[in-house]
Amino acid sequence: MPPAEHFAAPPEWTWWILGYFFFGGLAGGSYALGTLLRFAGGPRQESAARIAFIASFIALIPCPIFLTVDLGQPLRFWHMLVDTSNGGIVFRPESPLSLGVWALLVFGAFSFVSFLGAIAGVGWFRATNPIARVLRGGAGLVWSAIGTVFGLFICGYTGVVLAVSNQPVWSDSGWVLGGMLLASALTGSAALLLLFAGSRRDVDADTTVRLETADRYFVILEAVLIALFLVSIAIAGTLNKVLGVWIVLWIVVIVGLAAPFLASRVRQWPSVAAPILALLGVLALRALVIFSAQT
Amino acid sequence: MGFFTDTSICIGCKACEVACKEWNQLEGNPPTFTADSFDNTGQLDAQNWRHVQFIEQVPDNNGVVFNPTPIAGGQAWLMMSDVCKHCKNASCMEVCPTNALMRTEYDTVYLQKDVCNGCRNCIAACPYGVIGFNEEQGVAQKCTLCYDRLQGGLQPACAKACPTESIKFGYIDDLHKVADDRLANLQKQGYAKAQLYGRDDKVYGGLNAFFLLMDKPEVYKLPNAENATLPTRNNVPGYVGGVATAVVGLIAGLLAFRSGRMSANNDDTTAPR
Repeated sequence: MPPAEHFAAPPEWTWWILGYFFFGGLAGGSYALGTLLRFAGGPRQESAARIAFIASFIALIPCPIFLTVDLGQPLRFWHMLVDTSNGGIVFRPESPLSLGVWALLVFGAFSFVSFLGAIAGVGWFRATNPIARVLRGGAGLVWSAIGTVFGLFICGYTGVVLAVSNQPVWSDSGWVLGGMLLASALTGSAALLLLFAGSRRDVDADTTVRLETADRYFVILEAVLIALFLVSIAIAGTLNKVLGVWIVLWIVVIVGLAAPFLASRVRQWPSVAAPILALLGVLALRALVIFSAQT
Repeated sequence: MGFFTDTSICIGCKACEVACKEWNQLEGNPPTFTADSFDNTGQLDAQNWRHVQFIEQVPDNNGVVFNPTPIAGGQAWLMMSDVCKHCKNASCMEVCPTNALMRTEYDTVYLQKDVCNGCRNCIAACPYGVIGFNEEQGVAQKCTLCYDRLQGGLQPACAKACPTESIKFGYIDDLHKVADDRLANLQKQGYAKAQLYGRDDKVYGGLNAFFLLMDKPEVYKLPNAENATLPTRNNVPGYVGGVATAVVGLIAGLLAFRSGRMSANNDDTTAPR
């Protein structure tokens, strides 16, 4: 198979987009983990679930800001939602960017309501106690399940935005990129929850163990998808774009992937080391994908 | 309406570049060092809506020709006035989230400056590197095929200025006939590699700005038919990959947390009442 030809100019998506991909992934992934902890876990996991919903909304806050600041005309951010040339709304399913903006808006609503319920649950804001009660019942399951769908979409669609282009590496990776960023977001979210869980007394050791187990499962999934990503771009002949100086970031990614497995074996490590390394790996993977293709 | 650019008679005078900049009030980029190349604009971008590309396959100081061509004794000095192709299936239009890119009544692709918010997704998508980002205005920009001139019954500035009529403007069907005749003539003269690019629908459904090339499309930094792919080809596979990963991830999470519920239940049943 001859190598793919690319003559496209780079879009100069850089730091703001990296920030969005990172925090967006954590927001969506944390929400999904919060749902799983609340409805698949037991009462012991409720504290961790609340932390997950709080973390999700806090991570979501910078996302629209980063996206807006990255625009050449930030005050026209609403042109993504309103069709200023033909009137009405602008919703273009064939454009992942358009879908993503709408998904971010909808997910924002889900994340915010779940956040209100969670902060009532931890006793920070009693006024939203009724929301907390509703969210713990059947209606809450439906609400969280729908929110999780949008959350996971936020984790993965960013990869589809990149793939739906004519850029080297991004467009060569075909179906893999969306899944890879989604798996990486779950890894990062589990690491984030472990980081917070370590500083809270209401998260018991059993929950921490289960979060670590989930983290390791997600790491395996992510590693498989990274391997598939490398194979797909090698077939397209663009593997060299992610090598060279990018090896430094690959090392951070590999250390981040190994950290959850090493944590239990290296006794001298502080408890926060593995989650922090995992989060750095998640950030490095996104930086690699975003920057390497554009140089 | 569209362009037929016959590169076999381009002399690299850059009158098209100048006319384009003058009409569209493009300041141009600051000069950059391009070594001994005659190309001093470098690429198509927000300031260069026409770019005369020089393919300088001439001998170096040792008399060696890199990438020799089968014409002119292995040497070639090819020129092509490059421009937005106004693709019939336009990659930029597929991904634009604001509908800033639209199809005009002339079947050309027009970028509405007042609608564009500068997300730059079209730049990522354009396979020809046509669209550039105007830092001052904060929007993407590209050739309009002189939409304003067309409305006034004028031909585009570049075609008007071209002294050799390398750039021809007109109805696409008429231009196809002109191109076919010219290609047949060149092939009769022995230019076996002469070919039309974008004349048929193999490249993005056909190009409203198509070319007669003297070598393979890749030589002119144009993707060949095999590589001329639309961004949306990755849409469905991308989402399917994401959904599959999400399902596996959720199952992994369930496996990890479900036992938490079971152990909690066990704790409840074994605890003294």
